[in-house]
Amino acid sequence: MSSVIIVDYGMGNIKSVLRGIEQVGAKATLSADPDVIYRADHLILPGVGAFDDGMVGLERYGLVEPILRFSKSGKPLMGICLGMQMLLDKSEEHGEHQGLGLIPGVVEEIPRVSNGVVRKIPHIGWSALKQVDGGCDWKDGYLSHTKIGDFVYFVHSYMAVPIHKLHLLSQCEYQGLSINAAIKRDNITGFQFHPEKSGEVGLKILKEFINS
Amino acid sequence: MRNVRLIARLDVKAPNLVKGIQLEGLRKMGNPNEFALRYYEQGVDEIFYADIVASLYERNSLLDIIERTTSDVFVPITVGGGIRSVEDVGAALRAGADKVSINTAAIKNPGIISDVARRFGSQCMVLSIQAKHHGNHWEAFYDNGREHSGLDAIEWAKRGEDLGAGEIILTSVDREGTAKGFDINLINSVTDRVSIPVIASGGMGKLEDINLVINEAHADAVAMAHVLHYNHLTIGDVRNHCKNAKIPVRQYSKEEDVA
Repeated sequence: MSSVIIVDYGMGNIKSVLRGIEQVGAKATLSADPDVIYRADHLILPGVGAFDDGMVGLERYGLVEPILRFSKSGKPLMGICLGMQMLLDKSEEHGEHQGLGLIPGVVEEIPRVSNGVVRKIPHIGWSALKQVDGGCDWKDGYLSHTKIGDFVYFVHSYMAVPIHKLHLLSQCEYQGLSINAAIKRDNITGFQFHPEKSGEVGLKILKEFINS
Repeated sequence: MRNVRLIARLDVKAPNLVKGIQLEGLRKMGNPNEFALRYYEQGVDEIFYADIVASLYERNSLLDIIERTTSDVFVPITVGGGIRSVEDVGAALRAGADKVSINTAAIKNPGIISDVARRFGSQCMVLSIQAKHHGNHWEAFYDNGREHSGLDAIEWAKRGEDLGAGEIILTSVDREGTAKGFDINLINSVTDRVSIPVIASGGMGKLEDINLVINEAHADAVAMAHVLHYNHLTIGDVRNHCKNAKIPVRQYSKEEDVA
């Protein structure tokens, strides 16, 4: 049975991630121990809340270095929501803050107005996953069993914007705006949506992660 | 596109699911976990639990109910009732809730809205407003529609947004449990005033009620209780109706269990 370590750094509802992983048949453990994190087979960086709180949380537990080392091992690393955003270089949420720098790019506020559309922020709800021209192939990642147009659950006010299109795995459309729903670079994948809260579609994604 | 969310609202007086009329005259309906699972299997978009007693003892029982729910329900869960502090929010999230809804504590100390939003993110902070029609305006009530706050419900919604609420669940106490349809004027007044999502609650009786609350009152989500608990409608019925009425919703089809 695969074993998954979920980084427990005090940000948000990680119980759901744990339950989701158990549901698809793996053993999941919460940990803030740098050694356990570095040695994990599969690592999940979860989180909801503000970007700077998240990075401060990782630093307080001394977890930045172990996560960076883990990412270089080639073993699967998945960031969810805030955990996905922290994979990038920096964020503009409440001032500029450095991220983990694993995928080149920045985290920006979802524009309240663009192309003449006034949109509701936060983006809360279910949106359909689309493929990206010039982006990553779904066959190579955790979306290989996901269908184009499958709905997943989002809740966020900021969005990840990688510099390179080839790191885009999936987008969704929200009131006239393309939002990056999934990003991927080698063994590192980030989901803006919550697979653990996206019903059967999300569980299928978690299942592919544990089997990778 | 903005997809309308279909939310099942479960009022709990631990250990039972209860349902009243205008938040009074509560009737025991059964085990809330069984209802939550039924709605999940019907394809519900979110589950909303409200502890309508909210003493300390009952809150702990509610947290047990939430924990059990997370073992078989994989959609977002909001919990409200009796949340008085940032610590209470932390406990609810640790039990498996994704968001909390706060009414009484926010009226007594509006600063809690900012505190919760700062600590856990505004997406986690749902302001619950229980509005009763009163002369030519709506007043916000608390303690399950029993206590006057003196606050104008529309202005309170705007203030809640300014303080950092990420979402509003707006219950019409007048319509709650009556199945007479949503209070369209109330909901429209709030959606006009704020730019965060608004969940319409109270009064859903038949499928057509959805059309007005979405198309004319511009709600972002609908909370349903009565019609689901009494099996008058399933989530699937509501979803199909929305599709036929050109109201955008999540497409859902039951797939084989992946586990």
